[in-house]
Amino acid sequence: MSYLDNILFAILLAIGFGYFYNNIKKIIRNINLGVAVNRKDNVKARWNNMVMIALGQSKMVKRPIAGALHIVVYVGFVIINIELLEIIIDGLFGTHRVFAFLGTTYNILIASFEILALLVLVAVIAFWSRRNAIKLKRFVSSDLKGWPKSDANYILYFEVVLMTLFLLMNASDLHLQNVPGGFSHFIKAGSFPISQFIEPIFNGMSNESVMLLTEIFWWLHITGILIFMNYLYFSKHLHILLAFPNTYFANLNPEGQFDNLESVTKEVKMMMDPNADPFAAAPPAGENEVPGKFGASDVQDLNWVQLLNAYTCTECGRCTSACPANLTGKKLSPRKIMMDTRDRLEEVGRNIDANKGIFIPDNKSLLNDYITPEELWACTSCNACVEECPVNISPLSIIMDMRRYLVMEQSSAPMPINAMMSNIENNGAPWQYNQQDRLNWKNEN
Amino acid sequence: MSENLIVPTMAEMLAQGKQPEVLFWVGCAGSFDDRAKKITKAFVRILNRSNVSFAVLGTEESCTGDPAKRAGNEFLFQMQAMMNIEVLNAYEAKKIVTACPHCFNTLKNEYPELGGKYEVVHHTEFLKSLLDDGRLTIEGGQFKGKRITFHDPCYLGRANNVYEAPRELILKLDAELVEMKRSKANGLCCGAGGAQMFKDAEPGNKEINIERTEDALETKPEIIAAGCPFCNTMMTDGIKNKEKEGDVKVMDIAELIANAQDL
Repeated sequence: MSYLDNILFAILLAIGFGYFYNNIKKIIRNINLGVAVNRKDNVKARWNNMVMIALGQSKMVKRPIAGALHIVVYVGFVIINIELLEIIIDGLFGTHRVFAFLGTTYNILIASFEILALLVLVAVIAFWSRRNAIKLKRFVSSDLKGWPKSDANYILYFEVVLMTLFLLMNASDLHLQNVPGGFSHFIKAGSFPISQFIEPIFNGMSNESVMLLTEIFWWLHITGILIFMNYLYFSKHLHILLAFPNTYFANLNPEGQFDNLESVTKEVKMMMDPNADPFAAAPPAGENEVPGKFGASDVQDLNWVQLLNAYTCTECGRCTSACPANLTGKKLSPRKIMMDTRDRLEEVGRNIDANKGIFIPDNKSLLNDYITPEELWACTSCNACVEECPVNISPLSIIMDMRRYLVMEQSSAPMPINAMMSNIENNGAPWQYNQQDRLNWKNEN
Repeated sequence: MSENLIVPTMAEMLAQGKQPEVLFWVGCAGSFDDRAKKITKAFVRILNRSNVSFAVLGTEESCTGDPAKRAGNEFLFQMQAMMNIEVLNAYEAKKIVTACPHCFNTLKNEYPELGGKYEVVHHTEFLKSLLDDGRLTIEGGQFKGKRITFHDPCYLGRANNVYEAPRELILKLDAELVEMKRSKANGLCCGAGGAQMFKDAEPGNKEINIERTEDALETKPEIIAAGCPFCNTMMTDGIKNKEKEGDVKVMDIAELIANAQDL
């Protein structure tokens, strides 16, 4: 009979982690729909990026208020999860405060969890106010209508509930610890700088009721955490996991260096080779096969890092708030580029799930159905979005790959761009000047 | 003034069996745009004054392909790149200096993979090195005490982390360097990059160069310094739009230095 709790707990954990595992597998599969790109070089620089940017939050603090608030929630989250270890052990083995034997260390740990829980509550209220009361521009833009807006708020509510449950759990526990002569298994353990102020609310209740409440708070807390963990899959909050691989695999080249499409290099070399036989048979299909498409019109044409970027994006909008096109009222929003990419990728993923592992064309694509050419053509390629992203996402690389599709596959660049390109082709300059006049400036006054 | 510009070409150098210290990549804007040609000439005057052995490609130079690449035309870009690389390699170019951050970025970052490996420096970096080596001395002259703000070109700053060289040169003029609220890595694009120079802007409520000019005007500058011919054009247009041509000048770093020396 007394094992019932433990068995229930084990089942709960299994369901929670099982569902989570399943969804993580799905994310990995979806990311792998992307084209291969080598990001295994330069291991040292990559670790350094991850430690500084994801773990060390170095880019978050570029905006000090948001940065400081974020660090509180982040540290709170990481540290309070140590408590989770105790909860799991207690739950599985029917122990109570199993780490209490650490004595003073335990007191310090619990005290710091409590203080952080309070700080997290304060930060979360500040975050909520920025979104819903102060209405910061980047949080009320049209990119965030509907689910993204509620998602952001749900996360905040979740955190309030989890932190409150944690403090209530401690408060009721403390109440029972203080019963003269002791009560049941509630040993004196931990230090409760915050929940001691909540504890009086239990005065006047019977010890049995408080014990029942403790159990309820405990169960709700762990259940809440498991639900929250599984909520990540559906949420922008996925960044708490993916920020780490995302910064690790991020581009290390100078921001201005765009990749030289290898498939194009082969073609151009052939075109420029005076010995090439234009009538020769096409090379046999195989590893040197020219890909079917130049540039990207759908998520499968993007590389896996770009898809990882899309899942990692937390929709903070720092990119968009720094984008010169967006600042001047143009439709382009780098954040929307990332959100669209994820939405389309998830749609493709659902299609694959529904069709037993195969993607059945749905007559839709990232281009046009999600992202319009107007957005793509508004980009100045200035890299402000890339610079701003706290987790090294590059919306620009997606924009560029889609422009490549528009130009090389569809020849649908704006007219003046076509004119510029034919000038380069014919005169070696984007304007219609003769290449022979290149040095005229030397003799001009 | 221009009558005494000494501008050898690589072909002439080769004919004399000489290899210049540095190849000056002029770029399309620097070759054809009336405003940018002044920057080109200012830079050449400094090179001449400092006795730098340099040469240009002249009629053998062609567009680096940058605007084609940023517009998405990888084919055209690589055609241009490979033709240019053939020419540069034929002259055994080692070091290239350019006053255009777009040429700079492309030559420096995108050519190596296609077979064009050179040491590429922006003209502000090159001028800074001349200064450090004592080959160039800078005195404030007419710019002493003037309020100068520097607009960071995206393809020089953010794209390649060159922030200090242009600023150090301005400070050498004994000028008062004032920073815009958006500067260095947080600088705002002038609106010309990514091939935007060659097309109309998408519908919006403002032109980007106006937004950027407002940033600059907030610092109450006498001069807006630029390090890119495209930025120069965009900021000049912005100043005209604000009807501030009388009060504020837009000048390239090379022009500031050449003018300070009365070159």
